[in-house]
Amino acid sequence: MIEVIATGPLATVQDLGRPGHQHLGVGRSGAADQAAHRLANRLVGNPESAATVEITYGGLAVRLLAPATVAFTGARCAGVPGWGMALSLPAGSRLALAAPADRLRSYLAVRGGVAVAPVLGSRATDVLSGLGPAVLGAGDRLPVGTVVAGDPAGEPAPDVGPAGRPVRVVPGPRADWFRSPATLYDRPWIVQPASNRIGIRLAGRPLERSRAGELSTEPTLPGAIQVPPDGQPIVLFRDAPVTGGYPVIGVVAAADLDLLGQLRPGEPLRFVRTGS
Amino acid sequence: MSRTVLRYGDRAVLVELGAPAEVLPIRDWLVRQGNPAVLTVTPAARTLLVEFDPALLSEAGLRELLDAAADAPATGATAGEPVRLPVRYDGADLDAVAEAAGLSRDAVVALHSGADYTVQFCGFSPGFGYLTGLPERLRLPRLASPRASVPAGSVAIAGEFTGVYPRPSPGGWRLLGTTDAPLFTLDADPPARLAPGTRVRFVPR
Repeated sequence: MIEVIATGPLATVQDLGRPGHQHLGVGRSGAADQAAHRLANRLVGNPESAATVEITYGGLAVRLLAPATVAFTGARCAGVPGWGMALSLPAGSRLALAAPADRLRSYLAVRGGVAVAPVLGSRATDVLSGLGPAVLGAGDRLPVGTVVAGDPAGEPAPDVGPAGRPVRVVPGPRADWFRSPATLYDRPWIVQPASNRIGIRLAGRPLERSRAGELSTEPTLPGAIQVPPDGQPIVLFRDAPVTGGYPVIGVVAAADLDLLGQLRPGEPLRFVRTGS
Repeated sequence: MSRTVLRYGDRAVLVELGAPAEVLPIRDWLVRQGNPAVLTVTPAARTLLVEFDPALLSEAGLRELLDAAADAPATGATAGEPVRLPVRYDGADLDAVAEAAGLSRDAVVALHSGADYTVQFCGFSPGFGYLTGLPERLRLPRLASPRASVPAGSVAIAGEFTGVYPRPSPGGWRLLGTTDAPLFTLDADPPARLAPGTRVRFVPR
């Protein structure tokens, strides 16, 4: 068991999500930065699909109620004995993360995985639909599972941050709804404070529509850049609804979705077109 | 059959169809094919989103598959007996709907409960089905200002659709009544009672 002492702004249990239920209105959810989540699991010898704790802007404090092997990845926080490496710790160890100096989300993996009950095949907390375990709170006790894939890693792993790289976008499917779709790529957008696991809200020069009227409801995917009538785009993220009614001007390349999970409010975000 | 295939990122395409009735037969055919490269097939009002694995299937290959789907005979998309949902027609908007439609309350209830519906797609929240088949007279726009909270089980209409809120949530649909039928049950298979293709009747009680 791991006891949660403090959570910081938001801490949730996450895994690789629950794909395959979108046609029933169930979003996929899952770790915001899946590369960091997978790395944390590999470091402790877990399958990459094991559940971890996703920490938003540090602040998590936990106590190990039994000896455990853990690893932290993602946005680097002070306050723990090592980052990006397997840590074998005795019962009673207390780990308290400070706020990260850059990036936003960090992951705590424990050897054996966080073993809360799965919901529709996943332990991910979907903050929009409420499916999966509740958002973590002080006093929660997280059970630790027994399923492992191998030995913990013997060496630290480099965990390269995104470092402001432009996010690749495939234009369409509704770029023709905008007077000047190139505006999306012309200049940086600023990440807004209302951004969360459901959507990354951006502000900048508004994207003007070239046509009036409304689209009928369409299926959506994480990474879809929806543009409401005010012209300020919202990038749908891991816990977004499975359908939406605003035109999608472009869709973030699947390999770049993790970058969105590390953006902080106030940071610039630049998009670049890609064909594939 | 009118059909446009639009790119939707690097792992999906959006298939735009001429009419809502064309969506489910194509989805049904794609799901029955069981192609391992086709990961998910999600319907909506007039479009279908197909996620594919680019390591197993090129976009050109996917387009060929979609051509074959469009040519396949439509079968099975809406098979089975209708789900019958008991409804108390006591919704907060029933009088306003009657007035807007130029009908009596009883006529609204008779029209809404007299039609055959089909779940076209799910969205908004888990298990929220968008049902087609709403009589023309009852097609009204959403409320100008959505309610902050709509009770679970609310039977409602908006535009060309009717549906039932599976759990309490904000909402802008016009409320006609209430059902006690459970609509999203985690240990049921499928968990959504109103999955795409399901036929539905509303029964006044």
